[in-house]
Amino acid sequence: MLPYPLLSLSLVVMWLALNGFTLGQLILGSIVSVFASWGMAALRPSKPRIRKWHLLPKLLGIVLYDIVRSNIAVVSLLFGGGGHKRRSDFITVPLDLKDPTGLAILAVIVTSTPGTAWLEYNSLSSTVLIHVFDLVEEAEWQDLIKNRYEKLLMEIFT
Amino acid sequence: MTPLDHAAGLPAWAAILVSVFLIIGAGLTVIGTIGFVRLPTFYERIHAPTLGTSWGTGGIVMASMIFFTVLATRPVVHEILIGIFVTVTTPVTLMLLARAALHRDRAEGNPDVPSEPPVPPSAAVQAEKA
Amino acid sequence: MSHTILFWSVTIAQFLLAAAMGLAVFRMFRGPRAQDRVLALDTLYVNSMLLLMVFGIRSGEVVYFEASLVIGMLGFVATVALAKFLMRGEVIE
Repeated sequence: MLPYPLLSLSLVVMWLALNGFTLGQLILGSIVSVFASWGMAALRPSKPRIRKWHLLPKLLGIVLYDIVRSNIAVVSLLFGGGGHKRRSDFITVPLDLKDPTGLAILAVIVTSTPGTAWLEYNSLSSTVLIHVFDLVEEAEWQDLIKNRYEKLLMEIFT
Repeated sequence: MTPLDHAAGLPAWAAILVSVFLIIGAGLTVIGTIGFVRLPTFYERIHAPTLGTSWGTGGIVMASMIFFTVLATRPVVHEILIGIFVTVTTPVTLMLLARAALHRDRAEGNPDVPSEPPVPPSAAVQAEKA
Repeated sequence: MSHTILFWSVTIAQFLLAAAMGLAVFRMFRGPRAQDRVLALDTLYVNSMLLLMVFGIRSGEVVYFEASLVIGMLGFVATVALAKFLMRGEVIE
């Protein structure tokens, strides 16, 4: 009946947020979400397995903090700050994370942080090409991605 | 009707909070777009609009939430949907665009972009079998 | 007093967002390449979505919120389709 309970639940919550909470809307929203999750099941996406739920808020906190920090960094760089000549370049980062959902979340984190953009993942060599706006030290960025995000994601999805 | 008549009942603290979030959000968005116009190469330019889509959107979403929550004296969470939606979709569009740009640059033999990673022989044989 | 603060901040925010849209349009015409134009179009969509939300605060209507949600979704689909087109030269494979 419900192949993706989390998807159905979030669809119902979204339906109620848009239409206001009444019994009628709850029933209608539930019907829509059940049909939508059947439609999703027909597409057969890989089912994510989240092992450690309690680490998700920690990840969210780290990401929000980093987004604020890099927003400030990019704004100061755009106005000629930083004190050195800005160099932007491509870097390659080897990854140990294999889970598709984990990789997707990592891609969203890297891209939505101003200053880094995820370009392409190579599944044969398990490396990812990232473009960095202000590249000072390549190892520093590799370390940031591997230790700050990837470690946590590997713990959440194993 | 003069604009903002409906906001007459808004307390001062809420007005200041809404104003601060509005200015931060709009300011970050415009700074991002200035960067978008000024930066020299496409791969640098792709970083600039993320200012507008991360805390630019965040600021305006927060302002709108505070404004309608205080005025209607009930929590208004509609705007969170826009926030989530923008956060999830922007990386997808940027990644697709960046990959398209890489593909086009490689097809033209542009020396500024890293070349396509070589396919290991074993993998190539497997791909042929499959 | 709070009315004045709010009025000016909303007006300034609208001006800033309109300026951002103008700059995005400038980049869209300037190019130089197709991917720049598509990225500019995406930025334009996001900026107009934000501008509509500020309009919503100014007028106190909820309609603007729904309009901005629709613009956001259309912008996403349009940009994905255009990026796909740039990559392969055809939209549907």
